[in-house]
Amino acid sequence: MHEAVILLSILVATLRAAAPLLLAGIGELVAERSGVLNLGVEGMMLVGAATGFIGAAGSGSLIVGLLAAMLGGMALAAVFAVLTLGLLANQVASGLALTIFGIGLSALLGAGWEGVPITGLATAVWPHLAQATPALQQLLLIDPLVLAAIVIPVGVSLFLRKTRAGLVLRAVGESHDVAHTLGYNVVRVRTAAVLFGGAMSGLAGASLSLAYTPMWTEGLVAGRGWIALALVVFSTWKPLYLVGGALLFGFVTIAQYQAEGFGLNVSPYLLAMLPYLVTVLVLVLISRDRVRLRLAAPAALGRAFHATG
Amino acid sequence: MLTPTRRTLLTSLAAAPFAGLVSPARAAGPLKIAYVYPSPIGDAGWAYQHDLGRKAMVAALGDKVSTTYVESVSEEGADAERVIRKFATDGNGLIFTVSFGFMNPTAKVAGQFPKTTFEHCSGYKRAKNLATYSARFYEGRYLSGIVAGGMSKTGVIGYVAAFPIPEVVMGINATLLGARTVNPNATIKVVFISSWFDPGKERAAADTLISQGADLVTHHTDSTAVAQAGEEKGVYTISYNSDMAKYGPKTVLTGVTHVWDRYYIDRVNAVLNGTWKPVDTWGGVGQGMIALAPLNAAVPADLRAKLDAATAKIADGSLKPFSGTIKDQGGATKVAAGASMSDQDIEGMSWFAEGVQGTLG
Repeated sequence: MHEAVILLSILVATLRAAAPLLLAGIGELVAERSGVLNLGVEGMMLVGAATGFIGAAGSGSLIVGLLAAMLGGMALAAVFAVLTLGLLANQVASGLALTIFGIGLSALLGAGWEGVPITGLATAVWPHLAQATPALQQLLLIDPLVLAAIVIPVGVSLFLRKTRAGLVLRAVGESHDVAHTLGYNVVRVRTAAVLFGGAMSGLAGASLSLAYTPMWTEGLVAGRGWIALALVVFSTWKPLYLVGGALLFGFVTIAQYQAEGFGLNVSPYLLAMLPYLVTVLVLVLISRDRVRLRLAAPAALGRAFHATG
Repeated sequence: MLTPTRRTLLTSLAAAPFAGLVSPARAAGPLKIAYVYPSPIGDAGWAYQHDLGRKAMVAALGDKVSTTYVESVSEEGADAERVIRKFATDGNGLIFTVSFGFMNPTAKVAGQFPKTTFEHCSGYKRAKNLATYSARFYEGRYLSGIVAGGMSKTGVIGYVAAFPIPEVVMGINATLLGARTVNPNATIKVVFISSWFDPGKERAAADTLISQGADLVTHHTDSTAVAQAGEEKGVYTISYNSDMAKYGPKTVLTGVTHVWDRYYIDRVNAVLNGTWKPVDTWGGVGQGMIALAPLNAAVPADLRAKLDAATAKIADGSLKPFSGTIKDQGGATKVAAGASMSDQDIEGMSWFAEGVQGTLG
């Protein structure tokens, strides 16, 4: 029985650790498939975490909080869209600036909200969580956002492969000139993709500030935006591979803690390296085949588009 | 939190280039004092406690002093040195740098500004104008261990730790020794998360420890995530740095807190009176630099009595937490019966006591 609970807890902890990476990663994946490289994921996640928390704590409703988080992330993504799609600014530089801006903006917005207690998503769904049996408690910790983090990538996968709109989005990402010649509005498609990325990043931030660690504090995201960005490359821009990558990363992190808790006689420094080591290893294996990697990457990724060009 | 616009502006761009904004030129008069913090002040934690000390000092000394601070100064890279030098050129008479990582930049700038007084927290480099100070928080850990040993039913205490370095190791060992005075079979499970501040990782580590049977969790990291994990799962926790009771009103039993008020008042007075000396201060419960946060109502009276007795003995020096017999994980005697460890040995502690489950580097 006890072993079963531990196995269950490893599974649930993996899902919970992977959820923010998955949500942010799937948003960025869609943006990149449309040909836009937005390095501002960390900043959008922080702003989403802050606005989500403020919305939830201010209104007392987690639904309001989740909406506020998506709007917060989208607002930042809109700034990015204006800069890179409207004014044709360099995407890499704008994305980095967006992250720095997001770090500052989230701290400014959240200044009065540190230390304000709220009810986390899992406890809000099931108020008697603290009294539940260990096994039930684990199951209840799979909150709606964790489920969304699995369902949304599956939906995106279907959208990209099976729908006409998905085909157009991919076409824009592969060759914006051809898509433009065929009469598709490149800027409009890319703006929609970037805004979707912002909303998902905001939701990822909320999964931290409203569900995983229900609080607001500066720097709450702690680098997860960058890991999400790396996972998109890791997934070779395929949503289902992204799910696999995020779960693998989450699992190795959790397995490391479990091993330490059980007193495994391995250096903690070495264990701390594991998630990154595994990620690098898989990346190396994937990129051995250069042609395949080049085929997988959206051909127009990071390139500015101008209709007269 | 009280001055949101200023501090968020500062943190927004890694603070350093804007250090000048917080130290407006003042006429000669009050002693200008500057603080360099490694993390956001926030609502709890290491920098928060130092800032409480700063505020208490300002309240006590009034217009004899004027203070400024910069938060979130990176310990890596050149930021720290630039911020400290900026404070020195701005005419601050006394500069506190409150993280181990600021040691070398502080020593360097202190050498270049012999007329400015510097104090560095938790380091070991001193000079004519550079003093060091730190707190024997392990005394508080030992006391919180008594609470942990008495309140844990399984006798398994979870410990979310940052890095396997002496500062963290001594806290873990002290907790175990305190717990074993109440429950001789108490053990500690340790998980290192390789970060001082990452709420997500702290949370995951706490969840892991709870799933492995720890029914009381404490931490040597900076956020309130462990307290929240405990409250959500109905598991007792003991917090570190600050009192985190409001994050877990039902489950946070107490906290080991740093209290810098008295120290800052005394040291600033020493500078004002011209009696300041570049000494090393390592104060603990007796000096009021370490205290336990108010106990949760769940802690029974007999345990409180034991705790009070031990607190009194530590305060008057008759009880030293690292006194023999102490064995390490391999069963070798590290401290003989009747002996107690020297400060030097405590500062370099790199072994786990018997009963700690975990591995060092």
